[in-house]
Amino acid sequence: MSDKNYLTTDYTLRSWFLTTDHKRIAILYFASLIFFFFIGGAAATAIRIELATPQADLVSSDVYNRLFTMHGIIMVWFFLIPSIPNTLGNFVVPLMIGARDLAFPRLNLMSWYIFMLGGCITLFAILAGGVDTGWTFYTPFSTLYSNSYVIVAAAGIFIAGFSSILTGLNFIVTIHRLRAPGLTWYRLPLFLWSLYATSVILVLATPVLAITLLLMATERFFGVGIFDPRIGGDPLLFQHLFWFYSHPAVYIMILPGMGVINELVSCFSRKQVFGYKFVAWCSLAIAAVGFLVWGHHMFVSGQSLIASLVFSFMSFIVAVPSAIKVFNWTATLHKGSIHFDAPMLYALAFIGLFTIGGLTGLFLACLAYDVHATDTYFVVAHFHYIMVGGMVTAYFGGLHYWWPKITGRLYSEYWARTAAVLIFFGFNLTFFPQFILGAEGMPRRYHVYPPEFQVWNVLSSGGAAILAVAYLMPLFYLGYSAFFGRRAPANPWNAPGLEWQTSSPPPEFNFASQPVVTRAPYQYNEHFQAEPQNA
Amino acid sequence: MWRQWIPFWRPGLSPHSGDVDLLFAGLLIASALVLALLFFLLVLFCARYRAGNQIDRDHRVKKSWHWEVSWTAASFVCFLGLFVWGASVYFQIYRTPADDNDVFVVAKQWMWKTQHPGGQSEIDALHIPVKRPVRLVMASQDVIHSFFIPALRLKHDVVPGRYQDLEIEVDKPGHYHLFCAEYCGTDHSGMIGEIVAMEPADFSNWLTQQAPSSPLASEGGQLFRELGCSGCHGGGGTIRAPPLEGVYGKPVPLSDGTTVIADDKYIRDSILMPRSQVVASYQPLMPSFEGKVSEDQLLRLVIYIKSLAGHPS
Ligand code: HEM
Ligand SMILES: [Cu+2]
Repeated sequence: MSDKNYLTTDYTLRSWFLTTDHKRIAILYFASLIFFFFIGGAAATAIRIELATPQADLVSSDVYNRLFTMHGIIMVWFFLIPSIPNTLGNFVVPLMIGARDLAFPRLNLMSWYIFMLGGCITLFAILAGGVDTGWTFYTPFSTLYSNSYVIVAAAGIFIAGFSSILTGLNFIVTIHRLRAPGLTWYRLPLFLWSLYATSVILVLATPVLAITLLLMATERFFGVGIFDPRIGGDPLLFQHLFWFYSHPAVYIMILPGMGVINELVSCFSRKQVFGYKFVAWCSLAIAAVGFLVWGHHMFVSGQSLIASLVFSFMSFIVAVPSAIKVFNWTATLHKGSIHFDAPMLYALAFIGLFTIGGLTGLFLACLAYDVHATDTYFVVAHFHYIMVGGMVTAYFGGLHYWWPKITGRLYSEYWARTAAVLIFFGFNLTFFPQFILGAEGMPRRYHVYPPEFQVWNVLSSGGAAILAVAYLMPLFYLGYSAFFGRRAPANPWNAPGLEWQTSSPPPEFNFASQPVVTRAPYQYNEHFQAEPQNA
Repeated sequence: MWRQWIPFWRPGLSPHSGDVDLLFAGLLIASALVLALLFFLLVLFCARYRAGNQIDRDHRVKKSWHWEVSWTAASFVCFLGLFVWGASVYFQIYRTPADDNDVFVVAKQWMWKTQHPGGQSEIDALHIPVKRPVRLVMASQDVIHSFFIPALRLKHDVVPGRYQDLEIEVDKPGHYHLFCAEYCGTDHSGMIGEIVAMEPADFSNWLTQQAPSSPLASEGGQLFRELGCSGCHGGGGTIRAPPLEGVYGKPVPLSDGTTVIADDKYIRDSILMPRSQVVASYQPLMPSFEGKVSEDQLLRLVIYIKSLAGHPS
């Protein structure tokens, strides 16, 4: 065999843009997502600078509204939802199951083009003048009153949705059909269980979003009265439809993160994840029950009190499997041999931040407190703890973990650990004060606010500055390592997963010969002889 | 009081905000315990079992299911408790308000307009007497807004196309924030006002000093005639329409065999969508007034019809 790998088989642009290799497509996604993360992050920075003072001194109300809308839309649909599945997932799923590629390689490429088309249309909406509805597009504001590019933005999201559906289908079929001989369901790495659950949600929920956006565009264009109370429509119908997609969507955003954490916690404590089967089924339980809680976004909307009761109850139920996972990760550490490499630091940060996010989710699920807290900064803090503290942290952890596999290079441990620690502190400083702001009653989506809220806002903006620097650091040291880093061995962490059994970076078709699986997953050596080689 | 020890916590000021604060404290304590336990275990395990530390790692727990089952059951029981607690307070907060002391609230981009039954109206402010439940009847003229008073731990969306009633009560005189909590467009963050709670005597002084235009009910009566409602409902006309005297609060039999209570919502719907609820044994002849009357006028009509039933407002 030659030493050609997927990066060096061909250097032409054409070979990149027409590739059907899942690994190259993962890189294409990766580059696009960095771009979107940057745009969304720039908007966030502008918002936090503006909120450092109670008056409007940086931007006008209209610009502010467009900023937070753009931040939300980009971050949710063009970063969080595709992040782990489409980059890390795309790269490692075939490797982890011992396959040459995904089940439908061309469909995979097409998904990326669809995603970029959606992204470009949404970017066009932003450049052409922006959207001021918030990422939730609540009617009748979005259909009758908003004076902005609502339909264009919705079209972009609508199109990107097809990419989600196709990716979900591709993963489901791949995981069902292409597992290496011997790789039974209970030998599947937990990351794949969670991606499987995610894919099921993607396939089932995304069409509802598409329909909702279509209805909204129809209403805005033709005024047919689906949501317009003056001709018999119901504005709350929109919220039901929207959250029927969007609550499951928050699990699309967090389940892959949980999956990554399983790999990291297990690898760096050199033990199988405690209660493997429980954790595996928890992913599916979260995906299933996640469809039954959408009404908890509407406790103060005037829906019937009985409906609220049911949705509150279901929200507590869905929290149980999430709690189980936290306990299981902690129990995994017990009697392990724990290494504090950068990916593990991210994993530990994830456990802490996700737990805070989950516990404050209970505050919101608790009916009477939600009445006070909803639509305040408490909610903003809650979902940032889950989505940024959880998902983004897991993404960074997974990226560092698989980086040697992806690029064949090692990054600087020193800088990676520094960045992980800085992200943790910056994050808490940014978002913890927002819980207090919310408890004191500061509403979200406020451009100017009463001066008594300023102290906590200044702290939050200060934290955001640290966080921004910390998030930029990996761009430099990872970027540097991709070109000048030390060569990585095939299995730098000494992990037993199939993806580590092939060279780094992998050859074009992943494995020289078809691997066969004979063992349960995560079989780390009982007596810890096998330590990470670069520790 | 224990709450004063928490620097950012301004105690709630209504009868049930005390319950909400207690619930919040309960949630905080429960979360703090869970977090403390978790962080303690994380730190302990990380320190004891760090790589290279010579420590006994044998006898690892092999069978795990009883751990799993016990912490699943434990979280479930805790969650159930919190659920019941939160729900019971919620039902108190949103219980159906008593029917006197009405104040009418119209939300529009980007202001709150409040009106007392005597005709005194205010913009971005609401004066109320302390320690007396006040029933708000809220409507929105355009998009969804949300009526939020942090000091009372109370909020409710105001959705166009329907009335929302809500009971508020303040314990202590003072000025409190009134926010719009549901994003409603450009000046959303400017849609703030204040609740002014006054001693009942001060409040009645204030009411009489505000030169009222005229009581809302009589303005409603005038509208009733101007819009031509009285032509049919007034008796003596050629078209037979149900008389409205005494109808408010009473059950009304409909032509589809069901019965509704004639409350604010029913009257409003009958004005805007008369064909949707036709009173038994009448012809569906009434025209819709959709687009012909504003929320303010609708409120006055409702109040007028209510006054025909001998109700205080
Ligand atoms: C597991 C990952 C989770 C994610 C990604 C997530 C994300 C979100 C997001 C994005 C919102 C904001 C909606 C808005 O724009 O207003 C939200 C609100 C909410 N979340 Fe979560 N959440 C998660 C977990 C939980 C859990 C475990 C619970 C409860 C047990 C929960 C309960 C709530 C409630 C009740 C709201 C509604 C808040 C409100 O608007 O009143 N969430 N969440
Ligand atoms: Cu508003």
